Amino acid sequence: MSYQTTTKDHAALAEAFIKDEERVDWHDGALWYIREKRDIASKGIPEWEELREAASQIKSNVISNLHDYLLQFEANLKKNGIVVHWADTPQEHNEIVYAILKAKEINQMVKSKSMLTEECGLNEYLEERGIGVINSDLGEYIQQIDNEPPSHIVLPCIHKRKEEIGELFHEHLGTEKGLSDPTKLTRVARKPLRNVFMPRRAALTGVNFAVAETGEYVVCTNEGNADMGAHLSEVQIASMGLEKIIPQKKHLGIFLRLLARSATGQPITIYSSHFKKPREGQEMHLILVNAGRTRQLGRPDFQNSLKCIKCGACMNTCPVYRKSGGLSYHNTISGPIGAILAPNLDMKRHADLPFASTLCGSCSNVCPVKINIHDQLYKWRQEIVKEGHASSTKVFGMKAMAWTLSSSDKLDKAGRAGRWFMQNVPFVVNNKLNPWYKQRDMPEGPKETFTEWYLRTNGD
Amino acid sequence: MKIALFIPCYVDQFYPKVGVATLELLEKHGCEVHFPPNQTCCGQPMANSGFEHLTHGCSDLFAKNFQGYDYIVCPSGSCTLHIKEHLGVPELAEKCYELTEFLVDVLQVKDLKASFPFRVGLHQSCHGQRGLKLAQMSELNAPPFSKVEQLLSQVEGLELVTLDRKDECCGFGGTFCVAEEALSVRMGQDRVQDHVKNGTQVLTASDMSCLMHLEGIIRRQKLPIRVMHLAEILNSVKVKEPQPVSLS
Repeated sequence: MSYQTTTKDHAALAEAFIKDEERVDWHDGALWYIREKRDIASKGIPEWEELREAASQIKSNVISNLHDYLLQFEANLKKNGIVVHWADTPQEHNEIVYAILKAKEINQMVKSKSMLTEECGLNEYLEERGIGVINSDLGEYIQQIDNEPPSHIVLPCIHKRKEEIGELFHEHLGTEKGLSDPTKLTRVARKPLRNVFMPRRAALTGVNFAVAETGEYVVCTNEGNADMGAHLSEVQIASMGLEKIIPQKKHLGIFLRLLARSATGQPITIYSSHFKKPREGQEMHLILVNAGRTRQLGRPDFQNSLKCIKCGACMNTCPVYRKSGGLSYHNTISGPIGAILAPNLDMKRHADLPFASTLCGSCSNVCPVKINIHDQLYKWRQEIVKEGHASSTKVFGMKAMAWTLSSSDKLDKAGRAGRWFMQNVPFVVNNKLNPWYKQRDMPEGPKETFTEWYLRTNGD
Repeated sequence: MKIALFIPCYVDQFYPKVGVATLELLEKHGCEVHFPPNQTCCGQPMANSGFEHLTHGCSDLFAKNFQGYDYIVCPSGSCTLHIKEHLGVPELAEKCYELTEFLVDVLQVKDLKASFPFRVGLHQSCHGQRGLKLAQMSELNAPPFSKVEQLLSQVEGLELVTLDRKDECCGFGGTFCVAEEALSVRMGQDRVQDHVKNGTQVLTASDMSCLMHLEGIIRRQKLPIRVMHLAEILNSVKVKEPQPVSLS
């Protein structure tokens, strides 16, 4: 199994999404509702902004001292009896998981709460080698049976109508046709999922917070599948990006308060499960994954994107995300945060993403760890153009524009009075078909410009 | 107080009335206003498109044109933000003010002596609001304030419309408006609908770029909403009906 890959850019994928006006209405509405719930929850705590500041500073400290914290974490994990693995690439990560399962002759695994393994393409890798993987969280399970990547890091199938989910269940789980009641659908999914847990000997989860001081990790969920998988498993694996470290256990008091409020407006997730040492007879493995994170760490303008705690608040608040859907970002992590993380992984492939924004700045201000997302989008645009990933038409247009506007004389010659702007604003980008005019009227050209009026009425 | 008027390039070309209103408004409140006539563009369209390295010509010209004044005032939050954050000339950056913040913070205008008896819907332009902090943003848990509303509240007869989403982006976004045409328009249509639903007669903002985009949609859809820049409303004396922003 592999996801359909796309060669279309964000603008084209967004345009396709927008064609279904009704879908945009409720997708936008559903996410705005979550943004409003987040507002209410955050405004219910007087010290909210102080919490954000504290979290941001703790994460700055982590980023500046990552090497030391990782070694401390590793030493404490070992002390607790957890086997530690280091993976530099997604490929290495997948090989490690495979080797762990193979040693135990396990050919089925249950997975919960892991965007990292989506990023690594773990399911496909294991399935090619005869190991079945079931995503146990409902949203991810729905995406898995539909052979589609998640469209949101917290709400993986938010872009799907309940009728579409009913249709999927009819096709894959044999439910009656036309079933669309969410409660009934959830009950239906529960049965095969419950059955999945029992025979699975291995469970893999992601990690929300890894405490360097104690060598434990915390997984935050609402459905409890991470716990059920872990508790029933003989082999428990956790995969985490290097940046998930927090220095001390007491810092959880800050991050847990921020995470769920930012994500869904809940005061806290239903489960905040601490995993520290294996049960008797159980094996626990933890894989520390780099996958480009140290490269991002080496970029001063972008390193603080590694503060992200994956709450999804920037997606919910982003009007571009709400109206174009997560899949239009063609990357595991979508939305504003995805748009600043993805170019680090493959700048050419993701060159369109930093431009999929109006730089409105809402993302930076909902972010619970205060990542300056919109500033980084601006800076990625500069990098992408410098690295030569802008189209030649755009480069030509921008050069012409910069030259014309660099002096008043040049602009006069180009036709200030002859409405140079009419032809060149809104901007020279691919405007063969004049995209402005497709659904918008042009401004009416006045008889004289302000400059002309001023010179006429005020003398020279 | 010697003030240089900085008129954004597209305002100069398409919306001279906004420039006139800004100039009159400042003069009405006792300012000596100069308009450096060789100004072209601040360079923002290039910079936001990833071509900041091509903006030196524009930046040098701006610095040359706007040297030697006490303040630089501009009827656009977006262009002002570019001067403050990306021009790279600190002494000009700190003198540069967006019109409403200049009226509130520097001139401390308490009585505009304006009258505009209509239902006005305010579009909070993002760069002015979140960038220049002209108003508190809904994302933060912080006390509310609004410099724009402080001014609008001084306008006789004006009724401010309450919107469902008070500070959502309109989708203009510079080159975004053409590079992501479908999305930009959809975002704009949704903003316009909020104003239609809540009974806006006149749509205003401190940035003409957002308004150019929204007006384009309003006119295409033939909706009964007039579009005017904030400066025109703040500068209005008793009038019988709202005036359209464009000269024809």
